[in-house]
Amino acid sequence: MTRMPVTILFRLAWRNLWRNYRRTLIMLGAITVGVWAMIFMTALMRGMVDDMVKTAVRSLPGHVQIHHPRFRDDPSIANSLPPPGEVLVDALSSDQVVGWAARVRVPAVVTSERDTRGTTLVGIDPEAESGLSFIADDMIEGRFLQSFEDDGLVVGRKMLDNLETKLGRRVVVMSQDAENEIIDRGFRVVGVFESKLETTEERFIFTGRKTVQSMLNMNEDVSEIAVVGSSYRDVSNLLRLQQVLGPEQELLPWYELDIYLGSMLTMMDGFVLIWIIVIFLALSFGLVNTLVMAVFERVREIGLMQALGMRPAMILLQILLETLLLLLVGLAAGNLLAILTLAALSDGIDLSIVSEAMQMMGVANVLYPSLQIGDIVLADVIVIVLGLIAGLFPAWRAARYQPVQALTTV
Amino acid sequence: MSTVCCIDLCRFFVQGEQTVRALDHVNLEIDKREFVCLSGPSGSGKTTLLNAIGGLDKPTSGEVWVAGQRIDGLDKADLANMRLHHIGFVFQAYNLIPVLTARENVEFVMQVQGVTASERRDRSMALLKEVGLEDMEERRPAQLSGGQQQRVAVARAIVSNPAMVLADEPTANLDSVSAEHLMGLFVNLNEKHQTTFIISTHDQRVMSYARRLIGMVDGRIVTDEIR
Repeated sequence: MTRMPVTILFRLAWRNLWRNYRRTLIMLGAITVGVWAMIFMTALMRGMVDDMVKTAVRSLPGHVQIHHPRFRDDPSIANSLPPPGEVLVDALSSDQVVGWAARVRVPAVVTSERDTRGTTLVGIDPEAESGLSFIADDMIEGRFLQSFEDDGLVVGRKMLDNLETKLGRRVVVMSQDAENEIIDRGFRVVGVFESKLETTEERFIFTGRKTVQSMLNMNEDVSEIAVVGSSYRDVSNLLRLQQVLGPEQELLPWYELDIYLGSMLTMMDGFVLIWIIVIFLALSFGLVNTLVMAVFERVREIGLMQALGMRPAMILLQILLETLLLLLVGLAAGNLLAILTLAALSDGIDLSIVSEAMQMMGVANVLYPSLQIGDIVLADVIVIVLGLIAGLFPAWRAARYQPVQALTTV
Repeated sequence: MSTVCCIDLCRFFVQGEQTVRALDHVNLEIDKREFVCLSGPSGSGKTTLLNAIGGLDKPTSGEVWVAGQRIDGLDKADLANMRLHHIGFVFQAYNLIPVLTARENVEFVMQVQGVTASERRDRSMALLKEVGLEDMEERRPAQLSGGQQQRVAVARAIVSNPAMVLADEPTANLDSVSAEHLMGLFVNLNEKHQTTFIISTHDQRVMSYARRLIGMVDGRIVTDEIR
């Protein structure tokens, strides 16, 4: 059995590609634009979802969270945790952990002189929250909390509107203590924050952690410990914290804490795949047509090569190599164009013209495309695999020619 | 052992309700180093016989033996392999691969055979010199005249020392000077390399070179003359 003469097959494939250079350039243009669209649009969608997830993760959950196993079903004082012990603090000091914060979080009712609203009272340590959650960065009026003993109250802009009160006025916060007794306490509103989502402005009010612990007689206990690592995409290192936790402590990643958000990321991956395949299907018609034409124009030549001793498998391989080279050149150009476009847009795309719609989606007005190597590889692999499958038909057709018929084709 | 042996060879084509007998019980034996011309009018079966001998077409019945191997039952891949190692082809036209240079065209068969690059180059350059095209090795077919293209095809046909060369109307598209030159080349190569040549033609000038002239009419051999 004769070996596959790969060199001559490559040479023939490459030179045949440029025989009808106009047709090849048109097809390359289509592949380039198609690949650019795949990568560019995927980067935009990734950027949007990235922003949504980062915003959501900054809205308190962190990348992973430790809490009592029953806390999610019943977020009461009864389901609190003891303060982090020495072993846990050591584990939280590892390089994998960028920051962590222990909080108290209880359902509460806040009453102003004009209105009453249900909310969640969150006791925080402002120093620990720095870089971990959104609050300090989103203050629009007044001041942020200064220590975990601060007894001022920071509320959202929407909540302030709902309560029809103002910065500097006093409100009463009511909740239940460890003995299920109703406890209330007056707070002065010292700061107002604004969030991308109005629901967040209504959902949380903040004060010092120690203040809430004292108010609810819960000693040093906390409701949750939020932990942030280097990336929300890979929390596997943070999940190893489970090893130092006791049986009454549960560790959950953000995508299980917020199932909607977690499923959105999975959905996004599926959407990217569908998007890439749809673009490719549009491309494939042109690709198959180009290859069929290229084969059709060379029937006699294929017959000649068969007569000279090229086996059908070699003919098939040669057409597939031609397809592969066409795809590789198109992919290289498409990838380069996409990378350059995204580099030019690295400062973000201003979408303030549709700011309300963006806010509804929990996304900022400036969209930062997120280019991921995995998405480029996925687009390239799909184009190559499906492209070769599309090339199989003309290649198979060429390999099936009978030499005597091919040689006499006009 | 003969180079080619056809036993009771038939090739019928069905056209509508009519059966065309392109080869009608042909028996033929051609020995090594023979220089044979198949002559006859159009439709006499010359090309069909060459195609059957070259494994390009399957006979309806009968046997074809090439270099001691029966080829009429081989599959496409085995036939391609047989052609690669035993037969050189020169066709009437469209003989060369247009995207390859003259030297690459000559090297083509050797490259498919897996011959090393240096050996390919040496042999192809020697053959191009022999056919008088040593200065045109880097030219593509479109940059060569019809006669020059046929000479490249001849160089390609014999470069890997096949048992025989099959030439189907090789001078049909050539002027008389180029045709004379090509036939002189065939004769020279036949004598020098001792390669069997089987040429189909209805050109009297070509027939004058033949040492064995086989006449065909309606798919049958009607004359077989040794000169």
